[in-house]
Amino acid sequence: MTKTNYPNLQGPVCPLPLQPGGQIVMGHGSGGGMTRDLIVNVFQKYLGNAILNAGNDSALLNGELVAPPGYQLVVSTDAHVVFPLFFPGSDIGRLSVCGTVNDVAMLGAQPKYLTASFILEEGFAIDELEKVLASMRDACAEADVRIIAADTKVTEKGKADKLFITTTGIGWAPAGRKITGDQAQPGDAVLISGALGNHGIAVLQARGNLGFQSDVQSDAAPLNHLTQALCAAFPDVHVMRDPTRGGLATTLVEIAQQSSVTIQLDEPEIPIDASVRAACDLLGLDPLYLANEGKVIVILPEEHAEDALSFLRAQKYGEKARRIGRVIARSSGQLLLRTALGTTRVLDMLAGEMLPRIC
Amino acid sequence: MSLPSSEVFRSAALTRQLAGEIRQVVTRPWNIMEICGGQTHAILQYGLDQLLPPEITLIHGPGCPVCVTALESIENALQIARQPDVIFCSFGDMLRVPGARANLFSARAEGADVRVVYSPLDAVKLARETPQKQVVFFAIGFETTVPSIAASILHAERNKISNFSILPANVLVPPAMHAILKSPDNRVNAFLAAGHVCAVMGYWEYEPIAAQYRTPIVVTGFEPVDLLRGILMSVRQLESGRSEVENAYERAVTREGNPDAQAMITQVFEPVDRQWRGIGLISLSGLGLRPRFKSFDALERFALAHQAVSESPLCIAGQVLRGNATPHDCPAFGRECTPASPLGAPMVSSEGACAAYYRYQRVKT
Amino acid sequence: MCLGIPGKVIRLFDLDGTAMANVDFGGVQQEVCVATVPEVQVGQFVIVHAGFALNLLSEDEALETMRLLNEINKFNQAEDEGKPAA
Repeated sequence: MTKTNYPNLQGPVCPLPLQPGGQIVMGHGSGGGMTRDLIVNVFQKYLGNAILNAGNDSALLNGELVAPPGYQLVVSTDAHVVFPLFFPGSDIGRLSVCGTVNDVAMLGAQPKYLTASFILEEGFAIDELEKVLASMRDACAEADVRIIAADTKVTEKGKADKLFITTTGIGWAPAGRKITGDQAQPGDAVLISGALGNHGIAVLQARGNLGFQSDVQSDAAPLNHLTQALCAAFPDVHVMRDPTRGGLATTLVEIAQQSSVTIQLDEPEIPIDASVRAACDLLGLDPLYLANEGKVIVILPEEHAEDALSFLRAQKYGEKARRIGRVIARSSGQLLLRTALGTTRVLDMLAGEMLPRIC
Repeated sequence: MSLPSSEVFRSAALTRQLAGEIRQVVTRPWNIMEICGGQTHAILQYGLDQLLPPEITLIHGPGCPVCVTALESIENALQIARQPDVIFCSFGDMLRVPGARANLFSARAEGADVRVVYSPLDAVKLARETPQKQVVFFAIGFETTVPSIAASILHAERNKISNFSILPANVLVPPAMHAILKSPDNRVNAFLAAGHVCAVMGYWEYEPIAAQYRTPIVVTGFEPVDLLRGILMSVRQLESGRSEVENAYERAVTREGNPDAQAMITQVFEPVDRQWRGIGLISLSGLGLRPRFKSFDALERFALAHQAVSESPLCIAGQVLRGNATPHDCPAFGRECTPASPLGAPMVSSEGACAAYYRYQRVKT
Repeated sequence: MCLGIPGKVIRLFDLDGTAMANVDFGGVQQEVCVATVPEVQVGQFVIVHAGFALNLLSEDEALETMRLLNEINKFNQAEDEGKPAA
């Protein structure tokens, strides 16, 4: 059989072994030897487990991967395009695991496994990729989830900000459990698991163009152990949600609208670290609209609020839990803030991107 | 001594006490205007108007420089930003302000290199780092912001950074006060003068205004205690028939202001006529570059096509900004004009009267 | 135009002929141009707007204002105490 030398249309594909300190090139996405090399020596090194390492294109869901009787499946998916990839306290890898773990956990489900799809930009340093994967491995271990299916593609330089990660999470919750945004009732207490705004400020600082330094760290964390314990102890939790993009205010407006209620917050009770507040004052940002990646809002009947608060404070990631407001009435859905002065103002959803103010 | 602002000047107890004082002193209705976006923001953020007796009406004047920037300026900004090899730098809150059809945000989405900077000095730094590009800074803001823009021009001149220029759009407070006070339908009884404008400029410029129009002017800060103190002092003057300039922000403001900052402004800029969105032309209310610095004027550097732009005929912003109409008087309010698609300045700004009314009105229904 | 907050000068330095300072805002630091407050010393407070120091913050004036406010406070407390129980 003769071999014809066809011109190479995809960039370098000659199968050089991976060099430490090397870069992603188009060949890594070609599906051939280089891709296999990347998967086995880099991805599986950090994320490997029996299922992933089997080398199939999909994972068969059998045995322990199947929801037991009396349980309902929960699935969630999230793309992660944060830039820069590394910021104080966390990185895109940890974020991609925690974000999806938390989305599943917010419905009162225990996340069991994830899928992860990676889009790598040509020129991306493999060292950085390894750091991200190590962080994902650690986050998965902490959350006690496995990545059972994964994919990787490479795009040309300029078409992806170094790395995009999409994760899908699957878990299960007891059948009949309904912890969704439309369940808030007048009289319910509104709790938050800790201080707000840290993640948003950490990322802004890492971007560098707002020229400030601080010790603020992202709060990215897997909350499934906390939420599972809470739901087991307090079966009548009505709503749980993590205030990610758009912050506490946007998230509560959404819940208020879904539940057709008015929620009133007590401004002095909302926990915000001093340096986050200073950064917000400096830049003209409102901490109630900054993203959080390791916090949960809990809405539950008043009679259990105090006990739930004590319970949260005894959990990891819930130590600074506070009661911040109440669901006060049925309505078309609005969020009010009662200030320290006793005055009240309306909080809207975040409209568009939050920008630093000068006036 | 620790940072003096937070506890004392945000004290709920003191704020309520000052509100009580105002209630005791007031005997008739009075309209008090602030011309300062920062003060408007603080009043709304803390709900201070809810603490005041019904006799006091706070009118939110044209104090948001982002919102009073003329349509023509925004169209010029868009033209410049869309040119190749231009990096257009701006304060963040300017990106959402609509021109005739587009804004800087949408221009960025279409490929223009538009960047948010926190300070004009960042724009000069960028110019130095990217010598192959033209870096243009959108120079908006009242006198508070002008020294930093002047400093950036001087820095560029000193370091021969020739690829830097500004699009001049700065505005001045005293001419706006004159324009409001001499209007035949003026309803403003007293002014709160902008605390940080006065930190730079002092308050000696307001003395002839207070005297000419028999209107008290009180230099006021931004924390709840500062604002209520400023309002209290205004009301005391009004009740006793005085019309002086007083200072309720003593820790940051002196009568003379900051002479070094003023010298820097005068060195680089001179007064020019300027259009205010929703109000019209106010003579000598803007700042343009002096001849020595004309080379830093983006309008001279870029050949821009003149565009006829006009405000929406439906918009009554001018009257709202002077307190002569409420947003409810406007036929377009909530219909053609909403925060998502604003027609004029008071809806563009989230602190503008129209945007604020829109938010509260939705609540009532 | 008015977003200015007080900060404490912790270091002074020069950047290509322009006077600068590291300013602390209670856990957050920023590089600020202090060209218009040439007399500023480390340890003093300035009002900062858009990365630029507008003016010195006078501690004496701040203390005086606080004293004035305390007077109002005491006066009102005395008044309240003098009033008959509601």
